Amino acid sequence: MASILKLFEHEAKTIFSKYKIPTPTGELVTSSSRVLELASKINVPVVIKAQILVSGRGKAGGILYANSLVEAELVAKKLLGAEIKGFKVQSVLVEEKCVIKRELYFSIAVDRSNRSYVAIASPEGGIEIEEVAKVAPKKIIKFFIDSLLDFDLHQAHQIAKKLGYSGSQMQNLAMILLKLYNVVIDFDAELAEINPLIETPEGTFIAVDSRIILDDNALYRHPEFKRRLTENGKSEFSTLELEAHKKGLSYVTLDGNIGVIGNGAGLVMATLDTIQLFGGSPANFLDVGGGASAEEMASALNIVFSDPRVDVVLINILGGITRCDEVARGILMARGRVNFLKPVVVRLMGINEEDGRLILKEGGIQILDSMEEAAKKAVEIAKTGG
Amino acid sequence: MGILVGEETRAIVQGITGTQGSFQTKLMINYGTKIVAGVTPGKGGTKEHKVSVYNTVEKAVKNHDANTSIVFVPARFAADAVLEAIKSDLKNIIVITEHIPVKDSIEIMAMAKKYNATIVGPNTPGIITPGECKLGVMPSSIFKSGIVGIVSRSGTLTYEIAARISVKGMGQSTCIGLGGDPVVGLNFVEVLKMFEEDHQTKAVVLIGEIGGNLEELAADFVNKKGYSKPLVTFVAGRTAPPGKRMGHAGAIIMGEAGTAQSKIEAFLEAGVEVAEKPSDVTKMLLRS
Repeated sequence: MASILKLFEHEAKTIFSKYKIPTPTGELVTSSSRVLELASKINVPVVIKAQILVSGRGKAGGILYANSLVEAELVAKKLLGAEIKGFKVQSVLVEEKCVIKRELYFSIAVDRSNRSYVAIASPEGGIEIEEVAKVAPKKIIKFFIDSLLDFDLHQAHQIAKKLGYSGSQMQNLAMILLKLYNVVIDFDAELAEINPLIETPEGTFIAVDSRIILDDNALYRHPEFKRRLTENGKSEFSTLELEAHKKGLSYVTLDGNIGVIGNGAGLVMATLDTIQLFGGSPANFLDVGGGASAEEMASALNIVFSDPRVDVVLINILGGITRCDEVARGILMARGRVNFLKPVVVRLMGINEEDGRLILKEGGIQILDSMEEAAKKAVEIAKTGG
Repeated sequence: MGILVGEETRAIVQGITGTQGSFQTKLMINYGTKIVAGVTPGKGGTKEHKVSVYNTVEKAVKNHDANTSIVFVPARFAADAVLEAIKSDLKNIIVITEHIPVKDSIEIMAMAKKYNATIVGPNTPGIITPGECKLGVMPSSIFKSGIVGIVSRSGTLTYEIAARISVKGMGQSTCIGLGGDPVVGLNFVEVLKMFEEDHQTKAVVLIGEIGGNLEELAADFVNKKGYSKPLVTFVAGRTAPPGKRMGHAGAIIMGEAGTAQSKIEAFLEAGVEVAEKPSDVTKMLLRS
């Protein structure tokens, strides 16, 4: 899969509420006419937040404020159905606007080089942690978690103390961090982030914004989220990406006009890089994996052939166990099926290579000996428009 | 010679009766690898390609004096299988299985650290010391015994580069896949150290890709300690957009972290050669 499974803010907050991590009072609304019904539940002023899965929605106009519910209804009307950063807003979260004394940052993430979870905190909340890492790296507090011992209250206390809190505030803050770790463990999250976690003038803490990314390899343990990988409007994926995911293919949409199919993630990435090196621009990443059958090859090709931006297709198969005659048959089968008339360039290596070459030659498809030659040829064709 | 696996390797196959496990066991035996036993809970007492199958790792290790395990167990059960191997005191465990949840991998790595075991992978094509031992799923015909050590996060891209090295007559000492997952055991720095000490290895090729910072750590290691053998690198994913997984679960740029550019710059800063395209790797090796 080429996916990362982000939850919407309101979904993350629903989980937080279950774990008693304080969140602002609010309601999810899919129709602006429902906003006035919230009068008994939510105090003004309110904040109206577009539920889309891209970062930076605040700057893009996806987070707006209103001093009355009448005004909020107008704002919701404006946001619902609008497109922000290329994503259609299908729901908005209407929340009480919190009074902020201080903004903090909290997250539990996977630390790849330490091969563990890591608790991250910073007194500079409200901006992306990558920004803080750049301008004030010393302000970031990191605690690696030993998964054999789990995250304990003592470590959480240490972090809260480092943020400058003591007494009951320190205790409350530590509890929030501990619960965040429990969310990560219970939901198989790769990241659970509260940014900002605000301190109110009364000294309480509230998770104002939140982000949870789930591990798609663990979805068998969380069937309630499984459909998210293939549902329209529930992810950042393009139509072709969703189509590919349904077929279990590893596919990513890119900007160019050269369709690419190969076997193995590294080889396909290197093929894209080589195309760019020769001045071309790839339209996609598509890895058919090892030992692809004619059928699998054909279903991968269907995706690329159905992309109207594609002027030429480059297929790079380096098989150890992949049978070249199977691949060749798959290519011709798919081309016939979708009536694809544009050029196809192939580099093929592996078992039954000669048979594969013969089949393709008869089908009028160009075969080149190395991925560099094949990439060069594809770029040439793409430039002259076939 | 070579590293991690060789003539002295006596391996068990966990998940030997599964489709992949059985198919690959046959190929490994044909290559000359000493597969001394297999493990599949519930299938103890049977045989697979004339190899005895046991219910537990402990029994298999005890009866056959095994020192290494290769794991083909499906993702849902893989963590338990690897933990069993660790607790049976196996020190080298190669995990071929793809799609193991990260939480499980983290637990595996913590336990491996406690027991001082080396985990290769998960999601690795395995290791081959040509002419001696193949513990993996790579096409053996591509590899020839020789002088270049290869360490990589990718499968087919490694075959691409290894094939050229074979054609040019240099051959490989050992070829290791670290695995395409975000959390893997063995890393570049550890392998660089092993290759440095291996007499058969005269030059090293490191094949990285986007995601994480294992390449940056390798560059930092070379920058601080120097490297006594010629080292050529290639990094895949210059064209990869942020926030998208490029095939491997671990091949993803998060925010601004893990870009090919960052890795390439780190290597160049450390004085390490970076190939622009896979075919340049052999050219650079021949020059060095």
